[in-house]
Amino acid sequence: MIATHYPILQVVIPLIAAPLCSLLPRSKLPWLLATVVAWIAFAISISLMLQVKDGGTLSYELGSWPAPWGIQYYIDTIGAFVLVLVTAIASITLLASRQLVENEIDSSKHSLFYTAFLLCLTGLLGIVATGDAFNVFVFLEISSLASYAMIAMGDNRKALTASYEYLIMGTIGATFILIGIGLLYMQTGTLNMLDLKARIHEVDSFRSIHAAFAFFTVGICLKLALFPLHHWLPNAYAYAPSVVSIFLAATATKVALYLLYRVFYTIFGFEFSFDLLHLGYILLPLSIIAIVMSSFTAIFQPGVKRLLAYSSLGQIGYMTMGIALETKAGLIASIIHLFNHAFIKGALFMCMACLLSRIHSTRLVHLAGAGRVMPWTSAAFVLGGLALIGVPLTSGFVSKWYLILAILEKDYWWLAVIVLFTSLLSVIYIWRVIEQMYFREPNEGCVGIKEASPLLLACTWVMVLMTLYFGIDSRYPIEMATVAAQALLE
Amino acid sequence: MSDLSQSLQINIFASILVPVIGALLIFACARFRGLIELLFVGTALCLLAVTISIVNMGPEAFYQSITLFTIIDSIPIAFHVEPLGILYACVASGLWLVTTIYAIGYMNANKEKHLARFYMCFCFAMAAVMGIAYSANLLTLFIFYELLTLSTYPLVAHKGTDDAKAGARVYLGILIGTSIGFLLMAILWTWSITGTLDFSVGGILENELPDGLLMLLFALYAFGIGKAALMPFHRWLPSAMVAPTPVSALLHAVAVVKAGVFCVLKITVYVFGIDVLTNTGANSPIIWVATATMLLASLVALQQDNLKARLAYSTVSQLAYIVLGAVLATSTSIMGSSLHLATHAVGKITLFFCAGAIYTATKKTLVSDMHGLGRVMPFTFAAYTIAAISIIGLPPLAGSWSKWFLIDGAISADRLIIAIAFLVSTILNIIYLMPIAINGFMLKPKQASSDIHEAPFAVVMPLCVTAGLCLVLFFLLPYVYDFLLLLNLR
Repeated sequence: MIATHYPILQVVIPLIAAPLCSLLPRSKLPWLLATVVAWIAFAISISLMLQVKDGGTLSYELGSWPAPWGIQYYIDTIGAFVLVLVTAIASITLLASRQLVENEIDSSKHSLFYTAFLLCLTGLLGIVATGDAFNVFVFLEISSLASYAMIAMGDNRKALTASYEYLIMGTIGATFILIGIGLLYMQTGTLNMLDLKARIHEVDSFRSIHAAFAFFTVGICLKLALFPLHHWLPNAYAYAPSVVSIFLAATATKVALYLLYRVFYTIFGFEFSFDLLHLGYILLPLSIIAIVMSSFTAIFQPGVKRLLAYSSLGQIGYMTMGIALETKAGLIASIIHLFNHAFIKGALFMCMACLLSRIHSTRLVHLAGAGRVMPWTSAAFVLGGLALIGVPLTSGFVSKWYLILAILEKDYWWLAVIVLFTSLLSVIYIWRVIEQMYFREPNEGCVGIKEASPLLLACTWVMVLMTLYFGIDSRYPIEMATVAAQALLE
Repeated sequence: MSDLSQSLQINIFASILVPVIGALLIFACARFRGLIELLFVGTALCLLAVTISIVNMGPEAFYQSITLFTIIDSIPIAFHVEPLGILYACVASGLWLVTTIYAIGYMNANKEKHLARFYMCFCFAMAAVMGIAYSANLLTLFIFYELLTLSTYPLVAHKGTDDAKAGARVYLGILIGTSIGFLLMAILWTWSITGTLDFSVGGILENELPDGLLMLLFALYAFGIGKAALMPFHRWLPSAMVAPTPVSALLHAVAVVKAGVFCVLKITVYVFGIDVLTNTGANSPIIWVATATMLLASLVALQQDNLKARLAYSTVSQLAYIVLGAVLATSTSIMGSSLHLATHAVGKITLFFCAGAIYTATKKTLVSDMHGLGRVMPFTFAAYTIAAISIIGLPPLAGSWSKWFLIDGAISADRLIIAIAFLVSTILNIIYLMPIAINGFMLKPKQASSDIHEAPFAVVMPLCVTAGLCLVLFFLLPYVYDFLLLLNLR
């Protein structure tokens, strides 16, 4: 039965399609192939999701080698949840990407771009699907290398330095993770995550386990762009081609967050990570600083893409804050926000892509009067912005609600105040854009500009409607997050 | 489902959907000026009809919860009707009909632009008002409260000048700031201690919190409802006066500000319960804040030369009457407070209509320039005089009833000082409202006013109607009193 092979097909199909893509001529065929592959991956992940949604797990042994020796793919609820998220975003982004790629990327590189995109997708899916620690590193590198290449394709020359900076930082992060894996392997003799989980507490030499823990923490936080390891992210998002910004903003940091759940909850276990080594003590202050600092910085950004990138840093802070609360409610809030924020940020960067395709700039001053010339795009931005702020009836509100309830459960009053206060900061930075779009006369350059192409607009609105839908009917993410959190804490 | 609850459901949904459908039709027909005006008035008529049919359902329909869908946890979006909500809905939808005609006359006479956007946002605002009026729990209330802020923001910023944008920024900043910072906090707090957000007679907070914290929670609610304009969060109201006069008239004298005091009333009666408030003394600080607001705002109003600004501060002061009546928390003061909600609405909308009519006819905004205008604009100034006397509270005008009950309420709560404060404030009312009427009729105009006429019919007719209402309500108010007795506070 083919269905039993889904966990591996999920990863292998994009991997095989990637080199095929580079062989196809011009840009239409590679686009078609990449899009079809992404949708197939999406369909597979939905089917995986349905199998594990009640808390079950799927495991798949590569080449039928039994588990601790061979490589095992292991999919539980949180894994399937993130797989669905990543493939959904990838499918929508690729569908919308054709025109964007044509506008922003040199035509000789089109097929290579789609190749890199598929490799990046492969990497992200691999990280989530695999149950083998070393495999995680391999896929991490695949996805990172592909994203360095994609970021460097941005048409601004600063994209090159942004990509280079990301490369240096990302490589340090990946190396740290590799050292962590190495230390664990040295002490336990296994790379299988479930096996690691079982053996890690039998190890006598606590110091090397602690060292591994420290390396993992720093490495993952670098990938996650948590303050103070965030410096690579704003430039990378701001100068990358818009397709890449959409995809990375919505998925890359989310997968890093998944890795954090996986390592600290599954491998090390909750008691070791939080009761013994007090990971929360590090994550909480860093999250707070990340949220406050990035919200303030976002207010003063002249470019909207950069503004959104800084806002992403803050939103990641909310997710790690949920983890840092060290409770089940906090973990649930974190997972819910992971899911909701992916669509919100995806929608907002999608709007940026629409604006870029017509106005050829996303600097605030050039967006004057965009509300009049591009009404649908602007309306989508307003709705996405409201979701980011956390206005009721959008998914952002659901996230904030659960986060604050989790905070109140711990009796951290001051923290609830900080979260609400930073929501107000997001009102300011979103409103600067909205005011510019709606209450300024259009620039001379904007005269005669038309709305973005229908396909692009449709994809943008799919994302926007998702945020509205999950703001009104939030049963699905909440149920999944609850089941996933339960499984992670066991 | 019984017939009654079915027709209740249809009516409540209709009162929210009618304005929304109206708005969408206006959006669709934006190019045909005559048609959108017709649609605008037609929507108001339909809404009034729906509201009347809800009134006709009688007391059997009270407190039956109609659930729309569930957003988070077990808190649904739910609606119910109860006496206070019906009163507010009647006031808002009745005066909306008058305002639509006035708005069309005013916008045409002053050659304002972007009419479709203006009428559309007006309709959305009314949908939000209806949602607030019928909300059955705090979450629903909060959602529509935020929607009201968001939908009125474009109306305040309508002119698009720097002044308008600055005013709108203050408006949005204070309203969103207080609602997210305090109101949402208070709601989350309530949920975390009681596990329910439903409005229920007698309150949900009995014996849940120590007195001190109850006081803090009540203060969070009172200040969180920024629309009630308690000092120091009143600045948005004068700022909002940059909006075209129909907006000031309906929204910032009736719908938005009354939404604020309505929320305060509703939370006092259905969340805290008047017995809990009076027994624990949790209302004391807010009583003093409201008294101070009432007197200080009157003093500030005295110094305003701009008529709309003077009326705005007068509104701040009058809102404090209503809040004071609510937080005194005796059955008489609640009665006075609810009646004042209606009588002040009718009086103040007339005053704003007059300010708009004077502006339309003469382009004058300063009180000191309005000497002698009463001779050439007799209808406008007669209406002004009637409404001013009603707000001051002299028989045979509507305002006298509500002031009577408010003062009686203060005495019944054993707070003689508050009763005296009401009287002092009444004297201040006379000082800042009457000179305009007296000077208008008695003094000679500063310059020749031969070319000044009354404003167009569509502007003058509505203000005569509302001035007439001030008179008629004096005789009808006993019926409203009987209706409000259904609240069954004792």
